[in-house]
Amino acid sequence: MRFKLSYEIRDKYLRKDMLPTIFCPGCGIGTVLQYTLRAIDELGWSKDEVVWVSGIGCSSRVPGFVDFDGLHTTHGRALAFATGIKMARPDLKVIAFMGDGDTAAIGGNHFIHAIRRNLDVTVILINNFTYGMTGGQVAPTTLKGLRGTTAPYGSFENPFDIAELAVAAGANYVARWTVFNYIQGINSIKKALQKKGFSLVEFLSPCPISFGRRNRMKTAPELIKWYNKITVPISKAKNMSPEELEGKIVIGEFVDRDRPSLDEEYEAYKKRAKKMMGWEE
Amino acid sequence: MKYPFPVGKSDFIQGDEAIARAAILAGCRFYAGYPITPASEIFEAMALYMPLVDGVCIQMEDELASIAAIIGASWVGAKAMTATSGPGFSLMMENLGYAIMTETPIVVVDVQRSGPSTGQPTLAAQGDVMQAIWGTHGDHSLIVLTPATVQEAFDMTIRAFNLAEKYRTPVILLTDAEVGHMREKVDIPNPEDIELVYRKLPANEEEAKYPFGDIHGDLIPPMPIFGKGYRTYVTGLTHDEKGRPKTVDAEIHRKLIERIVNKIEKNKKDIIDYETFELDDAEVAIISYGIVARSAVRAVKMLRNEGIKAGLLKLNVVWPFDFEMIEKIAEQVHAIYVPEMNLGQLYHLVKEGANGKARVELIPKIGGEVHTPHEIVREVKKCECGV
Ligand SMILES: Cc1ncc(C[n+]2csc(CCOP(=O)(O)OP(=O)(O)O)c2C)c(N)n1
Ligand code: SF4
Repeated sequence: MRFKLSYEIRDKYLRKDMLPTIFCPGCGIGTVLQYTLRAIDELGWSKDEVVWVSGIGCSSRVPGFVDFDGLHTTHGRALAFATGIKMARPDLKVIAFMGDGDTAAIGGNHFIHAIRRNLDVTVILINNFTYGMTGGQVAPTTLKGLRGTTAPYGSFENPFDIAELAVAAGANYVARWTVFNYIQGINSIKKALQKKGFSLVEFLSPCPISFGRRNRMKTAPELIKWYNKITVPISKAKNMSPEELEGKIVIGEFVDRDRPSLDEEYEAYKKRAKKMMGWEE
Repeated sequence: MKYPFPVGKSDFIQGDEAIARAAILAGCRFYAGYPITPASEIFEAMALYMPLVDGVCIQMEDELASIAAIIGASWVGAKAMTATSGPGFSLMMENLGYAIMTETPIVVVDVQRSGPSTGQPTLAAQGDVMQAIWGTHGDHSLIVLTPATVQEAFDMTIRAFNLAEKYRTPVILLTDAEVGHMREKVDIPNPEDIELVYRKLPANEEEAKYPFGDIHGDLIPPMPIFGKGYRTYVTGLTHDEKGRPKTVDAEIHRKLIERIVNKIEKNKKDIIDYETFELDDAEVAIISYGIVARSAVRAVKMLRNEGIKAGLLKLNVVWPFDFEMIEKIAEQVHAIYVPEMNLGQLYHLVKEGANGKARVELIPKIGGEVHTPHEIVREVKKCECGV
């Protein structure tokens, strides 16, 4: 396959009248957006068969910039809205573009339940370890000791590992990369999009403005260096002790399985209901 | 089409059950909910019926999710409903505002119980009137219907869907534990005899480009539902006619919000519904809604027997509110009584409407019991005759 140039992707998928984006220089959200569009492009999906959903936050602004049907909802609730979309029109493909605070704090309950139900949606998660849009408060993903405006002396709480949480809750596909894992990132999104049931691709994404600045990493390159230091590929992590893994973030593919999705289960349920009522054989 | 309940004849059923059946007949094919007394029976009936009519019924993790799910379903074209009671209704407020801002047709049933907080789960109240009208933040409008009988619960559910579709807005069916749980005879019409309204869809690509504009001059934009190739962007942020976020432009915000409010306000006459009883020559008016209005009818008869010329205005819609009509009534009578199962909610609107032209007295009752006719009579007589 010919490698498409960025402007080809841009011209094909972005809404020109919505540009420029709201993203700061060095922000990773645009990069992940590009990966997602490249994955869709490589799959040859039509713009008319995909619905984008989001909550509130910098990352949640993404559906506004792409030329698809898009629902920009309330903080944390994207997956609850997505449940209505997917269940009322199972033939549509649904992408939820979400932030880490959006997903794991205010939206934590919706997140685990959408996974438990195995809702057929692909979550593209921007984990920037902070609340970007509101200016750098700590998030449920902020690592202990890192600073945010609401923990100026360094976070004192235990962070969530969202990918692990998704695996435990029953997701069909879970992967985590940094925004610099170009090929793996796109391939994972492609896999996730094709997967029936719940899929999650988490990206560690630089937010130099709200997060980096407060943690002595003012630029994207500084954040890249830090990601290199703290991430460990899953194959390597398997042979490491818990002590060695302390403070590290595992990246790679966490799970890939095929449990039946919610809409498939509901189809069967409808049949069962009609049979039990004697309406159908 | 085959229905999982008898149609074209009457049945003896609960109010909650009537709401579920009416919803199905109104074309509702998506229900999302979370159990709560006294609304659970609506959910349970939907759970029985929906799979049989190829609809979706799903138990969400909470009420925030329930209303979110029905908004999502509405954007892909489904007529959708959720039902709850006080605490759950409170949780829905943020997304109710989202539905108003994005002009999403949905029906939300609130079977009122007594609050605040978990209050009296099994007992009726009318304490959510203000919450239904003003519960979500910001300037807005919506439609609130108030049934008094099981038949009305049935009929108004169908009307709720029709109004939601017609005005592209959330409609609240504000009932209570008394109506929800009581059993009465209900005439269920033949489906062919029910008049159904469907949302206006864009006639062409050009119209679809303005999902939040006023292209027909009737303040109600056609709704380009998802999955039809229009590629619409919908946001709860202040947006322009094309749906693009424009959050700091005062003019765009004013235009959008005024249109959302005016599409209800300017169609008040079409939406508002009420009944009068002995009001023509009345010197004293009772204004009531929901379950209490039934006691009020009897109270009017009793007052007339005792020589007090009383009349009743029973409101079937409490929002939008006809302030002008109340003023006219206030010009005719010297006193208006508002019996309510709360410490004064609709009372404030009536007082504003009366505009000082008549005395307005609240007859409050809380604790879970409906006013008896005698109680209303006693309070009116206390003021009228000093008894
Ligand atoms: C109910 C509610 N609470 C709080 C907010 C304010 N708010 C907006 S965005 C945001 C956090 C965004 O952080 P995240 O989800 O991590 O996304 P990011 O901006 O970092 O991409 C918050 C708290 C809101 N919009 N709604
Ligand atoms: S605040 Fe952070 S996450 Fe938001 S746009 Fe700026 S860099 Fe990106």
